Amino acid sequence: MQDTVQPKRTGLIIGLVWLALTLVVLVIGFREAIFISPTDAAQGNVGRIFYWHVPSAMLGLVFPYVNFAASLAFLYFRQRNPLAALTADAWAVAAAEVTVVYTSICLVTGMLWGRAVWGIWWTWDARLTSLLLLWLLYVAYIMTRRLSTTGQTSTMGAIISVFAAIDVPLVYFSIRWFRTQHPSPVFGGGADSGLDKSMYPAFEWNILAWFMWGIFILAFRVAVEKRQQRVEQAAALRSLEGDLDNFNLGGAERGNAI
Amino acid sequence: MNFYWHVWAHLRKDLQVEWRSRDSITGMLFFSLLVVVVFSLAFDPTAAVSRQIAGGILWMVLLFASTTALNQAWTREQRNHVLDAQRMAPSSAAALFLGKALANMIFVIAVELVLGPLFTVFYNLHALGQGWMLLAVMPLGTWALVANGTFFAALGLRTRNRELMLPLVLFPISIPALLAMIQATTSILTGENEPDLWIRLLVVYDVVFTTVCLLLFDTLLNAE
Repeated sequence: MQDTVQPKRTGLIIGLVWLALTLVVLVIGFREAIFISPTDAAQGNVGRIFYWHVPSAMLGLVFPYVNFAASLAFLYFRQRNPLAALTADAWAVAAAEVTVVYTSICLVTGMLWGRAVWGIWWTWDARLTSLLLLWLLYVAYIMTRRLSTTGQTSTMGAIISVFAAIDVPLVYFSIRWFRTQHPSPVFGGGADSGLDKSMYPAFEWNILAWFMWGIFILAFRVAVEKRQQRVEQAAALRSLEGDLDNFNLGGAERGNAI
Repeated sequence: MNFYWHVWAHLRKDLQVEWRSRDSITGMLFFSLLVVVVFSLAFDPTAAVSRQIAGGILWMVLLFASTTALNQAWTREQRNHVLDAQRMAPSSAAALFLGKALANMIFVIAVELVLGPLFTVFYNLHALGQGWMLLAVMPLGTWALVANGTFFAALGLRTRNRELMLPLVLFPISIPALLAMIQATTSILTGENEPDLWIRLLVVYDVVFTTVCLLLFDTLLNAE
C-alpha cells in the first residue's frame, strides 16, 4: 500500500528541472521589465505593470479551457473508465484553482494601474466586468466542490464547468454591448495599437515565464490531487476490508455456535 | 409522444401539490411585496426616476423571490424518498426536469401577474416605449431564471449548504440574462433605446441553457 502513495522518481526530477528553468525565465522577465524595457512615454514607470497584468489576463483566459476540456473528459469517462475519470477530475480542479490565481493577479494589478492612471480603483467597464464574472464563476466552482457531498464532488464540478464555459462568451458579448471604458486592446485593437519594438522582449519573456509558472503550479496541483485521491481510495479499501473481516469473523462465530 | 406525456404527468402533479398547499406562490408574493415597499422607501422615486430604476427593481425582486421558492422546489420530492423512486422510474430525467421547470415558471408568472399592476401603482409607471413588448420580455426573462434555477436547485440537493448553494451558482451564471432583461425592460419603460438586441440575447440564452439543462439533468440526477 505504501509505495502507491510515494511519488514517482522521474516525475519529481522533471518537476524540479522545470521549476529551475521557470525560475531562470522569471528572473530574466523581471530584469527585462524593470531595468531594460524603456519607460512608457505616456504613463511613466507605472506602465511597467503591463508586463504582469497582460500575461496574467491572457493565461487567466487559457486555463479555463483546460478546466472545461478536463470536465468534458470526466463526464465522458465517468462510467467507462473510472481511473481516467479521476485523472481528468484532478486536472479540472487544478486548472480551476490556477484560473482563480491568475484572474486574481490580473484584477489586482489592474486596480493598482487604474488607480494610478485613471484615478479610480474600479469601473464597470466591459472587460473588467467580464473578468470579474470569470473570477466569480470559478470561485463558485471551487465553493461548490467544497460544499458538495463526498462522492459527487467531481460530477457537480464538471456540470458547473460546462455551464461556466457556455456562460463566459455570453457574458463577454452582453457586457461588451453594455459599455466599454478599458483602453482598446493593445494587440489587434486598431491602427494605433501595438507595442513599441523595444518593449517586446520584456513582454514576451514575461508571457513565457508566467506560462511556465502556470504549467508548474498546475502540474504540482494535479500531483497533489492525485495523491489525495490515492489516499482516499486506500482508506476506502481498508474500511471495506475491515467490513469483510468483520463479516467473516461473524460468520465463523455463528458457524462455531451452530 | 411518451416524453410529453411524462412531462405533463410531472407538471400536473406539481400544480396539484401547489394548488393544495399554495406555499410557493404565497411565499413569493408576500416576499416580493415586501421588497417592493422597501425599495420604494429606500429610493423615494419620482415618476421619471422610477422609469429608470423600475426595470432593475422588478427583476431583482423576481430573482430573489424565485430563489426562495426554487430552494423549496425539490425538497417536496425528498420526503418519503420520492426522488429515489423517480430515479428508478423508466421515464427520462429530462421529462422530470421540464415538468418541474414549467411548474415553477407558472408559479412565477402568477406572481408577476399580481406584481405588474402593483408596480404600476406604487411607482406611477406608464411605458413610454412599446409596452406590448413586455409580453415577450417577461416570459423569456422568467424562463431564463427558472430553467437554470430549477437545475441548480436540484444540484443544491447534493450539497451540505443548500440555501447558499443556489444563489452562489445561479447569480453568476444568470448575469447575461439579468443584464438583458433589465436593459430590455428599462428601454421599453423609458422609450429611449430599442430593446431588440436584448430580447435576441434572451432568446439565445434561453435556447442554449435549456438545451444544456435537458442534456445534463440525467447526469445530475444520477450523480454517484
